[in-house]
Amino acid sequence: MSAHLLILLVVIPLFSAPLCILLRRSRLVWLLSSLSTGACLLISILLLQQVYRSGTVTYMLGGWSTPLGIGIEYRLDLFAALVALFVSLVGFAVALYSYTSLQKELPRHKHPLFAAAYLLCLAGLLGITVTADVFNLFVFLEISSLSSYALISMGRDRAALLASFRYLIMGTIGATFLLIGIGLIYSHTGTLNMSALQKVLPALTGKASIQASLAFIMLGLAIKSALFPLHLWLPSAYTHAPSAVSAFLAGTATKVSIYALARFIYSVFGKPFVITQEHIGIALITLSIPAMLLGSMLAIKQQNLKRMLAYSSIAQIGYLFLGLGLSTVASVGATITHLFNHALIKSALFLSLGCIVYRTGKAEISSLSGLARQMPWTMAAFTVAGLGLIGIPLTAGFISKWALIRATLTPDYWPLAVVILITSLLAVVYIWRVIEAAYFQPPAPGSTGRTAEAPLGLLVPTWLLVLLSLYFGIQTTVNFGIAVKAATALVGG
Amino acid sequence: MKILYLFNYWIVIVIMLAGLYAVIASSNLVKKIAGLSIFQASVFILYISSGKILGGTAPIVDSSVPADVVFSNPLPHVLILTAIVVGVATTAVGAALIIRIHRAYGSIEENEILEYEE
Repeated sequence: MSAHLLILLVVIPLFSAPLCILLRRSRLVWLLSSLSTGACLLISILLLQQVYRSGTVTYMLGGWSTPLGIGIEYRLDLFAALVALFVSLVGFAVALYSYTSLQKELPRHKHPLFAAAYLLCLAGLLGITVTADVFNLFVFLEISSLSSYALISMGRDRAALLASFRYLIMGTIGATFLLIGIGLIYSHTGTLNMSALQKVLPALTGKASIQASLAFIMLGLAIKSALFPLHLWLPSAYTHAPSAVSAFLAGTATKVSIYALARFIYSVFGKPFVITQEHIGIALITLSIPAMLLGSMLAIKQQNLKRMLAYSSIAQIGYLFLGLGLSTVASVGATITHLFNHALIKSALFLSLGCIVYRTGKAEISSLSGLARQMPWTMAAFTVAGLGLIGIPLTAGFISKWALIRATLTPDYWPLAVVILITSLLAVVYIWRVIEAAYFQPPAPGSTGRTAEAPLGLLVPTWLLVLLSLYFGIQTTVNFGIAVKAATALVGG
Repeated sequence: MKILYLFNYWIVIVIMLAGLYAVIASSNLVKKIAGLSIFQASVFILYISSGKILGGTAPIVDSSVPADVVFSNPLPHVLILTAIVVGVATTAVGAALIIRIHRAYGSIEENEILEYEE
């Protein structure tokens, strides 16, 4: 049993998805999706322990060996284990949340379809983290993307359909670029296994087609992870999707694409080729600066809170790419920590926003006036998670920002620390607007009666993530300690 | 004759750019999806072309086949079979979205839909 844990991480949600459609009953479906995401969470905790104690875990699918070229290897190192952990953690919290949240957002007969698409998306994302085969990675990326298009289109608003369609166009172009890049590598090397590629590719770095494949893969994954200026699909997709979907995708989808990008840089092409020879690092840093600044500034301007959080995500993606671009052990460690922390924080923010939408039906900042007195728990969750987003000490967000600033404090790159501090101040502005409206403004004169606190079915998963983000802000061995170890293994020395 | 030798790859480039152009330039959503399919089809040809070896035969290992026979590589075909399935699924999801967009907005022209959104 324990030998097969790695593949169960993908198989459990993959097989639960069709079962959801067969079950039909909304409550049963919710129970199944909670159980299977819970099982994924448990497995990823067990696997993280196993990897931490005894090193990388590998699994050959069906027992086929790689030399024939048809075996698909699954491999979990510390980096992958950490990503799998936060993906399944957010997946579990959102699965719990979805039952109550969907009551108001989706007709009952569509709940099984939602759960099926949701579990497929989770299976795809977890698959990306565990696979060691580049073509398999493409297939999992498309599984998760196709199901996320379906999930986004389930939004109440008809604009969700257009947002989903645009994401489909951009996402497919990105994935096809990845496919072209993989094809070019394969035609040169005859293998798709990451560790085999890592051995052969350094000898081929002079070839134009390998350089072209690097360009295609970087561009494809940059579209998927919404790096500025390829982020245009993201704000409307997150704004119009159902609350649970926004929380899930904001926490996991772009993060997993960044994971895949880091994998390609460090575990497939290798740092000497990508960073030293082709200067991709400089390109990533250059793009991350406008991402951080413009993302935060646009977030301040938004009236719709979901859109505000979406633009804030673009700024946070800038931080992640900055760490990848600097490409030292400290900076990549900071990126991995921030992947983990930001997934928890941003999902918690979207979940607490979902509570507000559940009660008031709106996500506009004007509808928040005086809401803290009526929904104290929801607003407290939003505030605590918001402080984490800013990076106040004792929250998880502080740990990763501190690590990132320390990584930039080198003679060449210290101005980047200033940019990080400026964007943190901008984050104070947009989070403060929400706090001010909710705590310090009187209720709108036209509002009739009281708004009740959000139901427990929404509050429990929200607070689960909020408390975990506080816990990982104080007890940093898991996120920071393991992330630095993972970065050392990844970047090397 | 180098150019003719690379004939398949020239075709790939032409189809790829034609598809990408259709995605970007057309306002009609159906044409966008069609362009996307054309774009993906070019990648299928890229993969399959790389598996062909000049003079290579079908890769069926049998005791009656002499030892010096060259086989084509079957793996790119298998890979691209998966990618074709992905492409069909993408087209299907896109088409389903277009049907729902048409019901919600009464149009499948992107500029007209954007006017409704204003």
